[in-house]
Amino acid sequence: MAASENSVLVEVQDLKTYFFLHEGTVKAVDGVSFSIYEGRSLGVIGESGCGKSVTAQSMMRIVPSPPGREVDGKIEMYLWENGGGFAEVVDVLQLKPSGAKIRSIRGKQIGMIFQEPMTALSPLHTVGNQIAEAVLIHEQDASKHQARERAIDMLGRVGIPQPHRLVDAYPHQLSGGMRQRALIAMALICGPSLLIADEPTTALDVTIEAQILELIKELQTSLGMALMYISHDLAVVGEMSDEIMVMYLGHVMEHASTDDIFDNPLHPYTLALWRSVPSIEGKLERLIPISGSLPSPFASQPGCRFFSRCDRRMPGVCDATPPSLKEVAPGHKVRCLLYE
Amino acid sequence: MLLYLIRRILMLVPILILMSMVAFFLIQLPPGDFVTFRIEQLRMSGIEVSDNEAQRLMVQFGLDKPPMARYVWWVSGIVLRGNWGWSLQWNKSVNEILQERIPMTVVISLLALLFSWVVAIPIGIYSATHQYSPMDYVATFLGFIGVATPGFLLALIAAWLLFSQLGFSALGLHSPEYINAPWSTAKFVDLLKHLWLPLFLVGMGNTASTIRVVRNNLLDELNKQYVITARSKGLSEWKLVWKYPVRMAINPLLSTVSWVLPGLVSGTVLIDIVLSLQTIGPVLLRATLAQDMYLAGSVVLLLSALTVIGALIGDVLLVLVDPRIRFGRLGK
Repeated sequence: MAASENSVLVEVQDLKTYFFLHEGTVKAVDGVSFSIYEGRSLGVIGESGCGKSVTAQSMMRIVPSPPGREVDGKIEMYLWENGGGFAEVVDVLQLKPSGAKIRSIRGKQIGMIFQEPMTALSPLHTVGNQIAEAVLIHEQDASKHQARERAIDMLGRVGIPQPHRLVDAYPHQLSGGMRQRALIAMALICGPSLLIADEPTTALDVTIEAQILELIKELQTSLGMALMYISHDLAVVGEMSDEIMVMYLGHVMEHASTDDIFDNPLHPYTLALWRSVPSIEGKLERLIPISGSLPSPFASQPGCRFFSRCDRRMPGVCDATPPSLKEVAPGHKVRCLLYE
Repeated sequence: MLLYLIRRILMLVPILILMSMVAFFLIQLPPGDFVTFRIEQLRMSGIEVSDNEAQRLMVQFGLDKPPMARYVWWVSGIVLRGNWGWSLQWNKSVNEILQERIPMTVVISLLALLFSWVVAIPIGIYSATHQYSPMDYVATFLGFIGVATPGFLLALIAAWLLFSQLGFSALGLHSPEYINAPWSTAKFVDLLKHLWLPLFLVGMGNTASTIRVVRNNLLDELNKQYVITARSKGLSEWKLVWKYPVRMAINPLLSTVSWVLPGLVSGTVLIDIVLSLQTIGPVLLRATLAQDMYLAGSVVLLLSALTVIGALIGDVLLVLVDPRIRFGRLGK
């Protein structure tokens, strides 16, 4: 990985976020570690319920609580001053989830965009009001007028036509793609050093999806932000990321550079993911779905979590010993007993 | 907006015509009429009424004419002469009775509504944002008691307690010495002294249910994506809750404004009787019992009118606060 040239922005160590429900405890994120580097992008991929969104929510401390709670681990955030000088390292998990410190990080250091542009904006307030609000929260000396000007400027940058007019539009007057652009404007208006995109194009048409992806990439480069891109779509994540983390049931299964994940996938789960998507270049083949279904989130297996669905499982070995995440090649980590 | 208002007001006309018919003919449905009621009353007190005398009363009150004719006479009186008819039971013009009672009824109802909102909305918000906390359970418990306890029972207990412990008569809205006095500062202060108890009692049932409505609506809103978006901007919890989900959660209250007035009038008759309040509820009750058709019909018609006007006001308020409705209408 070429990451060493860039300085670390966020270091997540052994994050565990559990949900305590009446039916039992769901270990949504169970010991996840990774780092995000300045200006680089990390893709997170996995099926629904693999913990990818909860990981992102933990970094913002917006996991719905109760029932969710970050029970263990560290999320160290490297905060930089406006001028560029290094300020401090904060363990986000030690902060009060509604306290002033984490609120100064949300929206200012980390911007976040969500899956549902249709419901992510308040229907009762204008788009401009909701975007300018972020400026007013984080920049005490900004006037309402300045905040509004900034919102108009930002709306223009994310490609909204006639930003002077649409700044006063209500969300229901905008299309899904326009709303997602407005949400991006909202997330980026305070110039965060990291943008977390949690499946931002899942609810959009394919043509709009391409535009939004293009926009996010373009903004990432021009603003020099880091990007954490969460999706279940391999092609999209590959397009957006420098490195990819594959998650399954709260565990990181494989973590490598995008090239390695595409050219040299090692984990049986990653391979199975590849076989389940159509490719444009390859010859037309029948897609192979991953057999079985996700095990109950309440169940705890002694061995590998992918055991029941794995086509290379070794009975008696894989269901007895939990595999650990091992670096099998420089920058290429796999959690599988085949490589131990 | 103006066009919409005009259209809505024009729509009131057929509704009111229909309601006046229903009000008038419903009251005539039970067997007998005011004269038979009066003759029965006289007979009970030992006075025999001859058939001739009964016939004379029928003619005097216009009861010999067919119902349709009476209806036309009544409605044309209201529309053309502003005359709501003659109350047979009170031996007064209906106008006079309405003038005495309606303003106080509306004032008490609206103040009780205001009181219940002022109390219920903050409690509901607290309950929702602190779901399953001890205070939430307390509020829920008190809320259920408030809904389940009959208001008149509380009225009796309160009136008795106040009188036996403090020697204060909570009955009526004025102390005896002010009842016929002209309006003055002293009379107004006296009114305030008497007003809080009925407001509390009348508003209580509504308060309890409003707490539940606000709590449940807000709980639905609190997990919506737009709240999470606002939180991820770094907004503080307090500002966030008031700016976004609370605005959404109290919208439905506005559309219930219209039910409140008839609800308060019919639901609180017993409280009004117990506290001997000069409101329209007890009048309506007695008028229907005595088949005093013009009075009962007029009260029902007036209440229906206030209800539909209340609905209109509620809708206009909704249009003002909710841009989705506002622009939906304009777009047509």
